[in-house]
Amino acid sequence: MEFSKEIIANYNNWVTIFLMVSGLYIVVARGNMVKKLVGLSLFQTSVYLLYLSPGKILGGTPPIIAEGFTVYSNPLPHVLMLTAIVVGVATLSLGLALTVRINEEFGTIEEDEIFAKGDDQ
Amino acid sequence: MNPEIISNLPALQVVIPLLGALVCALLRRGSAAWFLTMLICLIMPVISIYLLVSVLDSGPISYSMGGWAPPFGIEYKVDVFNAFILVLVSSIGAVVLPYARLSVASEIKPEDRSWFYAMFLLCLTGLLGITITGDAFNAFVFLETSSLSTYVLIAMGRDRRALLAAYQYLILGSIGATFYIIGVGIIYTLTGTLNFADLAARIPEIEQTRSILAAAAFIVVGISLKFALFPLHVWLPNAYAYAPSTVSAFLASTATKVALYLLIRFLFSIFGIEIVTDKLALTDILIILSLAAMLGASTVAIFQHDVKRLFAYSSVAQIGYITLGIALANQAGLTGSLVHIFNHAIIKGALFLAVGAVVYRIGSAEIDDFSGLGKKMPVTMGCLLIGGLGLIGVPGTAGFISKWYLAVGAIDAGYIWLVFLLVLSSLLALIYVGRIVEVVWFRDPGPNLDGVKEAPLSLLLPAAAMAAATIYFGIETSQSVGIAAQAVETLLGLAK
Repeated sequence: MEFSKEIIANYNNWVTIFLMVSGLYIVVARGNMVKKLVGLSLFQTSVYLLYLSPGKILGGTPPIIAEGFTVYSNPLPHVLMLTAIVVGVATLSLGLALTVRINEEFGTIEEDEIFAKGDDQ
Repeated sequence: MNPEIISNLPALQVVIPLLGALVCALLRRGSAAWFLTMLICLIMPVISIYLLVSVLDSGPISYSMGGWAPPFGIEYKVDVFNAFILVLVSSIGAVVLPYARLSVASEIKPEDRSWFYAMFLLCLTGLLGITITGDAFNAFVFLETSSLSTYVLIAMGRDRRALLAAYQYLILGSIGATFYIIGVGIIYTLTGTLNFADLAARIPEIEQTRSILAAAAFIVVGISLKFALFPLHVWLPNAYAYAPSTVSAFLASTATKVALYLLIRFLFSIFGIEIVTDKLALTDILIILSLAAMLGASTVAIFQHDVKRLFAYSSVAQIGYITLGIALANQAGLTGSLVHIFNHAIIKGALFLAVGAVVYRIGSAEIDDFSGLGKKMPVTMGCLLIGGLGLIGVPGTAGFISKWYLAVGAIDAGYIWLVFLLVLSSLLALIYVGRIVEVVWFRDPGPNLDGVKEAPLSLLLPAAAMAAATIYFGIETSQSVGIAAQAVETLLGLAK
């Protein structure tokens, strides 16, 4: 009983860990370069949750000083994650651009097919 | 100089190349972009040397970004250790850039050249930013700035395999950066701060928790991916082999070094030696991986037939030396690491610049095409030879100095057998360097070398400058070792 309470109380962390691990798994397990990027994106997105969920206080307001509100959420993680989202978008778009170029040059975006061509030692 | 400018130098160190990158992207002419980049690359060492001198004179400089006092605002903190790395990175930039004009003109399409310089400056911004910042999240942003621009630079290589190398590096580099930021996130949740000095003060309170160990593990693995610790090095050989010559030289001398700086900063200034050695047993793991890099990667290097690839594997091995010194974690060992960061940057710079000059002349980096090149391009090959001797660690070259300190560090730590393995790894280096020397100097020029002349002066001078520095810092060690030793004292002093 205690144990299941523990699990339920930390459900936000379980979601984070699930996203993290599945994202990383997709990167490792898939040979298709677009799918790999999807996995990478998922992996990076899980970090947003890792930062944001401890920053939020249940019942807290946005961090603006006003009469009658004393409990508010920590703004810093949100600001940090805005930056991380920008980085994530840049990484994904660069990755997709590279994939397009690879498709133009090699005619495929499947890793095994590219390696099968013996082009890469 | 204007006191207003002087007090803002730490910010200018990063802001100037950042704005320069923007202007370069708007300039559509490659030659104009080169000129602007050259100007900026000449200003950067002036700033960093000024910072180093003033830090040596009057202690660490703390700069509050935007006037927000640390630990709330982002702090730029310059001490002896990162001023040393700043000088290294900015000087390498200044030496590599004169070389870039001809080399880039021969390897990159005219319409892409201004983009090349924009990316180069962004990469420089990122590297200098990681080094100068005193904020864990700011370091992540700069880490990604430098990495993203590096992926683009690598993808600009002539060979189509450059695209694959860039893609592979993008995937692994992003995983590394994400690991780093996960670690930082855990520490932030634990301590509520991102400032390096503040973290160092608050970590002892939570030293007993398991979360801090998880955070340390995430950060170490993440950064290790960035500096290609064996066996996380798989992206490096392809990236260096297929990147444009200028990029190979610049990255080999700076990118991995800056990531190593960040690792040392975290291990010694933030986590403190106790967590690192007692709780995580990191030193034991690092010693094993370092040895695997020194011996394994050197052995692989012997069998390479592309010279750029060969030197890339040798870089993995040399990074092993640096991590070995970190693992020893004593005065001499860590001094050896810091000096080797510096010396290896110079040595690899000389080697990749010399190889790039060959690529410029004969269009190939295959070792068979090098045969008899010593007679055709004696000066370039002379630089290659000096760099090679530096890799082996022959007395009188910079490589010897750092290996000497590492050996002393190993003996101090009570691992005499490590010294033998250090020598063994040097012998492996002797084999792969010897192979190149044999081909270059003791064979007759092949038909592919008809009409090949010595490299043009603008390629020759940077390579020769690096080679001269390899000899200079092998004989006159008061600057390199002196400053490194001073940095180590603060690092180990901070490491309670």
